[in-house]
Amino acid sequence: MKLHEYQAKDVFRKYGIPVPNGQLISSSDQTSRASQAIQGPPWVIKAQIHAGGRGKAGGVKLVHNPYEAVTAVESMLGKKIVTRQTGAEGVTVNQVLIEEGLDIERELYLSMVVDRAAMMPSMIFSQAGGMDIEEVAARTPQRIFKERVDPASGWMPYNGRNLVYRLDPLPSPNAVKGLLSVMDGVCRLFSALDCSLVEINPLIITRDGRVVALDAKMTIDDNALFRQKDMLVLDDPREKDPLEQMAEKYNLNYIRLDGNIGAMVNGAGLAMATMDVIKMAGAEPANFLDVGGGANEEMITKGFEIILKDRRVKAILINIFGGILRCDVLARGVVAAAAKTSIRVPLIVRLEGTNVDEGREILRNSDLKFLVAKDLSEAADIVAGQVS
Amino acid sequence: MSILLDGESRIVVQGITGREGAFHARQMIAYGTKVVAGVTPGKGGQEFEGLPVFNTVGMAVSEKRADVSCIFVPPPFAADAIMEAASAGIKLIVCITEGIPVLDMVRVMAFLKGLDTVLIGPNCPGIISPGKAKVGIMPGNIHREGGTGVISRSGTLTYEVVDQLTRAGLGQSTCIGIGGDPIVGSSFIDLLTRFKEDPQTKGVILIGEIGGTAEEEAAEYIKADFPKPVIAFIAGQSAPPGRRMGHAGAIISGGQGKAQNKIDALKKAGIAVQLNLGTIGKAALEVMK
Repeated sequence: MKLHEYQAKDVFRKYGIPVPNGQLISSSDQTSRASQAIQGPPWVIKAQIHAGGRGKAGGVKLVHNPYEAVTAVESMLGKKIVTRQTGAEGVTVNQVLIEEGLDIERELYLSMVVDRAAMMPSMIFSQAGGMDIEEVAARTPQRIFKERVDPASGWMPYNGRNLVYRLDPLPSPNAVKGLLSVMDGVCRLFSALDCSLVEINPLIITRDGRVVALDAKMTIDDNALFRQKDMLVLDDPREKDPLEQMAEKYNLNYIRLDGNIGAMVNGAGLAMATMDVIKMAGAEPANFLDVGGGANEEMITKGFEIILKDRRVKAILINIFGGILRCDVLARGVVAAAAKTSIRVPLIVRLEGTNVDEGREILRNSDLKFLVAKDLSEAADIVAGQVS
Repeated sequence: MSILLDGESRIVVQGITGREGAFHARQMIAYGTKVVAGVTPGKGGQEFEGLPVFNTVGMAVSEKRADVSCIFVPPPFAADAIMEAASAGIKLIVCITEGIPVLDMVRVMAFLKGLDTVLIGPNCPGIISPGKAKVGIMPGNIHREGGTGVISRSGTLTYEVVDQLTRAGLGQSTCIGIGGDPIVGSSFIDLLTRFKEDPQTKGVILIGEIGGTAEEEAAEYIKADFPKPVIAFIAGQSAPPGRRMGHAGAIISGGQGKAQNKIDALKKAGIAVQLNLGTIGKAALEVMK
């Protein structure tokens, strides 16, 4: 679960990480009152969306007087922003953060993630702040410093020193102290709040030597939300695709993609592989949908509804490998679901596994039109034939 | 032979009185697996299908000599259950549970360091040595005993592949689902090392997916030190970056974890990468014969 920048900054304050003074507004007539309450000009106007890359897309603006502030806010609120992470449709800006503009001397980068290979959290620190860190890592890996957190000891002061004292030139003693304190804070909140990512880019040193988190990104481990109730209430469903939201409600794993072949599969790995099969056949998948190993009739129906709500879908491939879930049970679910939902596109069904003969028999005897594929290769060919 | 699990393994099921635990414990017994006990805290003294239910794994070990544990405990309590099994002296722990917080797994892996315990999973279908025993949730009937080892990060995708192998006349020595989480107890390399020493295993099918770099590491190892034929399949070539594809670990992030990176690394190591899932059985037959 992703947090908005302003939410992450509220968390930062609680953990003693300095952030700029700012106010959140959701309508442009709140702009002047907000700017009066915050030191400035200049002010920085920042669109609150989950997707990264908003700076380049007009979602961050520096303004020098109240008039400019209102214009900047109006250019964002209620408008769509398209960034490299949003897809072509973009996302609507519902809230804007107004912050004091600070006098920046130096921009650094700081983040914490779980290092999968080392199986422990790792802090990443770089002199190259304010830039795309993936690019920095690819081009100049020597500019990226890492420090792993031993689960037995937790973050120790020496971990911080190992990072900060590699800076060249070394900042003032006050700034060094400030950086160590920010690192300690990031590490404490990372484990206390079950984060999968905390990222500050840039983490700045001001001309008067203060260390301030100018930006803030936080992602909470979805698997830990059961014990992070304070974070759960920060979820902003407006940021999600409506179909993905509907799927979430029915415990279906659904991700909307750009193609036109809908897919319904049991199991995440098989669902991914089925998307690949569609692509290799020369078509594009419209979605990832894993109905789970133990899908019941209701889940199948809901899955169908969601796929069909996507108007771009031109054909649907159902690929089920019956294990514990038997094919006959599944076929009954599909037939019932098809009867409840009007299906306007061709349906290609590939069933395999437990009780497959009964399953195919049920499909044959139903009055619905199915194209039955005997295996995955054949299913792919039929799919390709439908769109060509 | 086979690896990790055979007909002599004595299984305790943690969470045996729950819905999933009870259903799959019965399936395991029906397959011929030696399930010797169950554990549900607070329900010690009860019976399950004639088997004793204990309050702790320690009791199942001392009373029934259990040496393998299969965990069906809900996510909030699963890390605790794994550590309990390890501290009780269980040698093979298979954790089926999906949805364990990743920081809990960080603690579990730190706890297991230095112990003589193998953890399979979490978020996995389990392990089966066909004809001998199955510990997990995979359908037993699609498997045949034979000489092919299977290691996979997925569940139903593995069933698909195993079914094709069996139809092609290739039986399996041991099939292991290592799990779809970012942090799992056993890696491809841990298991390849065991398959290397197992005389029954003539070759291995490796089924990977997007996220992390486990497949790239496996490719290095196979090139350097694995003498048997390997066929690999990687799911998620069409997956968009930044999205979690069902499995918690299946995500392309920071330029890492792309299917193409993995396929390139495997090919570079001289491994046959099968791009078409539909024909993996036939391809395996050619390589293994």
